[in-house]
Order: sequence, then structure tokens, then C-alpha cells
Amino acid sequence: MYVAVKGGERAIDNAHAWLGETRRGDRQVPELSLAQIDGQLALAVDRVMTEGSVYDRELAALAIKQAQGDQVEAVFLLRAYRTTLPRFGYSLPIDTGAMRVRRRISSTFKDVPGGQILGPTYDYTHRLLDFSLAAEAPPVAAPMAEDPVDDTLPRVIDVLGREGLIESEAAGGDSPVGDLTREPMAFPAGRDLRLQSLARGDEGFLLAMAYSSQRGYGHTHPFAGEIRMGEVTVEFFAEELGFAVELGDIAVTESQMVNQFRGSAEQPPQFTRGYGLAFGRSERKAMAMALVDRAMRAGELGEEATAPAQDPEFVLGHCDNVEASGFTQHLKLPHYVDFQGELELIRRLRRKDGE
Amino acid sequence: MSVLAKAEASEIEDAWSRLRQVPAYIFLRRPETGLVMVRARAGGDGRPFNFGEMTVTRCSVRLDDGMIGHAYVAGRNARHAELAAALDALLQDDGRGRALRVEVIHPLAAAQERRRMTEGRKAAATKVDFFTVKRGEDQ
Amino acid sequence: MTLSPGFDQPVADGQAVFRGALDALARPGSVVALTALPPAPAPLLPAAAALVLALADVDTPLWLDPILLSEAVLGYLRFHCGCPIVAQPSQAVFAVVAEPATMPPLHCFALGDDEYPDRSTTLILQLPALEGGPEVSLAGPGNALARRIAPAGLPAGFWAMARDNHALFPRGVDLLLVAGGSLLALPRSSRVEG
Repeated sequence: MYVAVKGGERAIDNAHAWLGETRRGDRQVPELSLAQIDGQLALAVDRVMTEGSVYDRELAALAIKQAQGDQVEAVFLLRAYRTTLPRFGYSLPIDTGAMRVRRRISSTFKDVPGGQILGPTYDYTHRLLDFSLAAEAPPVAAPMAEDPVDDTLPRVIDVLGREGLIESEAAGGDSPVGDLTREPMAFPAGRDLRLQSLARGDEGFLLAMAYSSQRGYGHTHPFAGEIRMGEVTVEFFAEELGFAVELGDIAVTESQMVNQFRGSAEQPPQFTRGYGLAFGRSERKAMAMALVDRAMRAGELGEEATAPAQDPEFVLGHCDNVEASGFTQHLKLPHYVDFQGELELIRRLRRKDGE
Repeated sequence: MSVLAKAEASEIEDAWSRLRQVPAYIFLRRPETGLVMVRARAGGDGRPFNFGEMTVTRCSVRLDDGMIGHAYVAGRNARHAELAAALDALLQDDGRGRALRVEVIHPLAAAQERRRMTEGRKAAATKVDFFTVKRGEDQ
Repeated sequence: MTLSPGFDQPVADGQAVFRGALDALARPGSVVALTALPPAPAPLLPAAAALVLALADVDTPLWLDPILLSEAVLGYLRFHCGCPIVAQPSQAVFAVVAEPATMPPLHCFALGDDEYPDRSTTLILQLPALEGGPEVSLAGPGNALARRIAPAGLPAGFWAMARDNHALFPRGVDLLLVAGGSLLALPRSSRVEG
């Protein structure tokens, strides 16, 4: 039970004023622009867009600035803002096969058609703090090859697919696609709702879930079949125009996990798949999502589901950081009467025990 | 429409300011920012799912001579959408359209292609060349 | 096809019309003149067009009576609202009737259910005038005293249907009667008295 408590308005106003001042920090130091955040804290922007579930670099940069870099608060701000905008409709499904690839690696095939393309990666860096950045030294120019990478690189998964050694995704089906922004999650949740929920889910939570599945809580034996990052074009069928229009390009990271599957009564032994997709350069998130997507398919594949990562109700019920943060932080709201009741009960019980 | 949508807002503004004759138009639909839910496919090629939204600004105009132009542009730049719609209307006109394609659309498309080439060449420079080292006693 | 513009100021005009609809529903039977009216393709009346532009979007299926199913009206609504047009009245969140004489009975529209009475149709009924017809009075929420109204052009048996609709409460449809640029609300909560 919550009780309406009035008062404290002046204290709240003053607290917010102080927050504003704190946010700005030392006025001798130049203020951050949104373009600086977008350009120089790009991966923070990518994460806020992914979990805020709105692709708009400038809005995400603003949210980060307003939240003083608190990513979960920034995600909340972006989610709140999106509710003020009308929905024009749904895009055609993006074609990640036609991605203008900027990074593409496979840990299953060395000689993957099109090659291993590292892109702008943190892999192979020594994780030593670079004090030249503190001194604001300019970066060296990125070398350019004579010819660009191919515009369409074949999927690594298709190499296994040709031999029939990996399950194929069921493509068709006219059944409506579930949308969490319209209807709340209901269980059992179809793959469409699971993937939407994971795509918006908290990176930290999904990372821990994925990690747990690798460490033995759920038997998955994953390989990173392919990770690709780059730009895809978003097409939208405008009803009133009667044709599809290209809205622009968005950067996405896609992760295809390949998992061992021993087979069942109906199916021969083969590889199965887990899928991850995130806005921008969000490789850790996309990989974690793919692992958890696969782990949650345990039931469908007739595997014994014993671990938290294999339980869709557990994972999907707790992966949204706006919900999780809200419910955790609601404990700050007045529970005065609630607590009085508990206090009364404890006192009564102790009196009773004393008798 | 695609080239206009993918251009930088400043490039569109430049192209507009260089038009010899700026046409008059009325709004059929003023610039309006909203969301499009981006769909993707499970596994990249499977059943569709709702991936996340993106901001989009749309606008429709009618020129004095009756030509109608539309724009749907990623982001929240109202001016970009307005000028893209006006240029789209001009492109509907056979007479003016041909010249406009040469003067405006081709340079914009070329600029986009250059940006893509630069990125693509940087990516290609990070492609791994494997070489094999012989190990063991086998000859 | 010549396409008419929508609201001059989509946000401000849409909000003004929404406020007008709220005022009308808060005082059932009172005539509210809408100030922001878009140019509408006939036979869609300006007030009906304003309400649909303000209320309907891609998430709200719309049903139109046959006379409104012209290319001009469909193109206009598809363009400005993006709302799906449905064939069955029972699928509609909003409906516009231009010819009340041949309209389907009210119980053919979505009536909601006891758990979700809001999942019902809001019906926009185009009339020649909101005054000068046979008088009835409305009582119930929003009208401390019964209010006399006399909309013209309603079909025979309409008031019996309206009484049946009220009897379904909390289920039932809500009606917005429009003429020219004005509207009058007849929500399911209003009791119709002779």
C-alpha cells in the first residue's frame, strides 16, 4: 500500500537545480556537445539506442548527456521520449545478407568466402591504458585497400546449410508478428517476441545469462558461426503511396551462434542456431543475445531445461532494465503505512512470545 | 526518393539554394516526426520479428503546377524532409526532372557512393591474409 | 487524384479537435463547434474529417459506410491517418456513417466485453443538422439535469437502438453526431428519455 504524501516540493526543486549544476560540472571545462558524444562515445550511444529500442543517434546522445552517462537512466529517457511520437508503421524486414560489411568474422571456418574482415575492433588490443589519448594526440589515419570489400558477403551459416548439417530457419508464414510495444509479454512466448525482448534487453543481464549457459548451467556448446557489423538499408512500405521507400541506412551488429545438437527421435544430429542482433556496434550484446536465444530454445528442441538461461519466463521477465530499475527503485517511494503495519506485527509477535 | 533520404541535410539545403528557380508549394502534410518499427528476421533469413524502432520524418507537398512530392527520411530533421519532398515533386515533372537529375541527384548519389567506398576500402584493409606454417615431422 | 491537405497545424489542430471531442463527451448532448477544420473530400463532412484525423492512426481500424468508399475519401484517409479500412463494423475502432438511413444496427459494431469495455467502436454519424429534429432528452453522467437535444436526420428506430445500447453498459458504442463543423456526443453512459 502506498500513501499519498504531500510536501517537499521546494526540496525537490532545489535538488533538481543542484542536479543540473552537478551535471554541468566545472564551468571552466568546455561543455560536451551532442556531436562529441555521438562521435567520441559512439559505443555508449549504440547501447542506449539498442536498449532504448530507438535508432536515433542524436536522441541517444542527448539522453546520455542528460543522465550524466548513466546508461540505464539514458535508456529510460529514450523509452519515455518514444511514447510521444506517432507510429508510422512497420518496415520491411532488413536484409542482413545485403549488409555493407565493415566487420565480419567467423570462428568456425578460417577460409570463409569473402575473408575474415576485422573492422574497427578492440580485439587484439593489449588493454593497456593509452596515455596518448589523455594527451589528446591525433589518431593515425586508417589505411585503405585498393578495392572495397564485396557489397554482399555470403553467410557463413549457408556453408553448413548447403550440406544440410544445420537447421534452416522457417522463413514463411503469414502469422502476425508480435509486438511488445503494443501488447505486453505473454507466455509461452513465440520466437518473435523472445527476440524482440532480447534485442531490448539489458546487456549486463544477458551477458551474465549467456555466461552462465557456457559455464554449465544449460548444456550449450556454442561456436561463433559468424559476427558481422555494417550498414543495412531500411525500407518502409508507405500505404498511402502504394510503394516501398528507402528511409536511410542503419548500422547493426549480427551474431549467428552455431550449437551442437545430438538429434532427437524426429531429427538427425545437426547444428542448431541462436541469433543476436543489435543497433550499432554492439558485439558483446549481440553475442550474448544469440547464446540466450539458443538456450531458451531448449524446450522446443526437446532438451532437458534445468538452468535459468533456458527458462523464457525467467529470462524475459527480468531482462528489461527499465522495468527492473523501476521496480527496484520504487522501494524509495513512501511505504510508511506498510512498514507501520509490519512493525505492529513484529511487536505483537514478540509480546506473544514473551507471554 | 532514396538518394534524397540518404543525403546529408546540409547537402540537400545546398542543392536547394543552387536551384535557379525555387518553386512555390503548399503542404499536403507538414513535416511530421514519428517512428517506424524496424523488422528483422530470426537467423537473418527466418521468420520476421520486431527489432526496434527508428525515428523518421515525413512530408508531402504540392507544387503550384499540381505536382506532388513525398519524403520519408530517417531522423528528425524537418527541413530535410520538406526539401526532399519539394525536390521529389520537381522530379515528377518530365521537363525539369531530367535537368534536376543531372544537377542534383547524380552529385548526391556520387557523394554517397564515395562515402561507401571509403568505408569499404578501410574495411578491406583489415582483411586477414592467412599464411600456413608447417608443423611436425610429416613431409 | 487530387489530394486535399490535412490539418494546417497537425499537432495544435489535432489537440484542439481532441479537446472538442472531450468537451462534447463530458457534457453529452451539448453542441461543440470545432475550430480547426481540414478541407475534406465530399461526402465526408469537415467535422467528421477533423475527428478522424485527430483520433485515427495506423493502430485504429476504421469502418466506412458504402457511400464513403470513394477513391477520394479512401485516398485522403489512407494518406493522412494511415488507418486500415476494415470491411466488418465489428472490427472497427472508429466508424464513419454518411447515410444514417441505411446504417447497420448499433449492435453490429464492436461493443467491447465486460473485462475490456473500451474495445468498442466510436461511431461518427454525419447528419444534416444537430438541431431542428424530433426532441429527446439525455440524462446521466455529465448532465445533472436532463438535456433536451433535437438532432435532425436520424433514421426511424434510432432512439430505441440508443436505449438498447445504454442498457449494455459498461459495454456498448459511443456516438459522435456531426453536422457541418460541429459535434454532439451520445456516449453509452447517457440515458435517453422520451
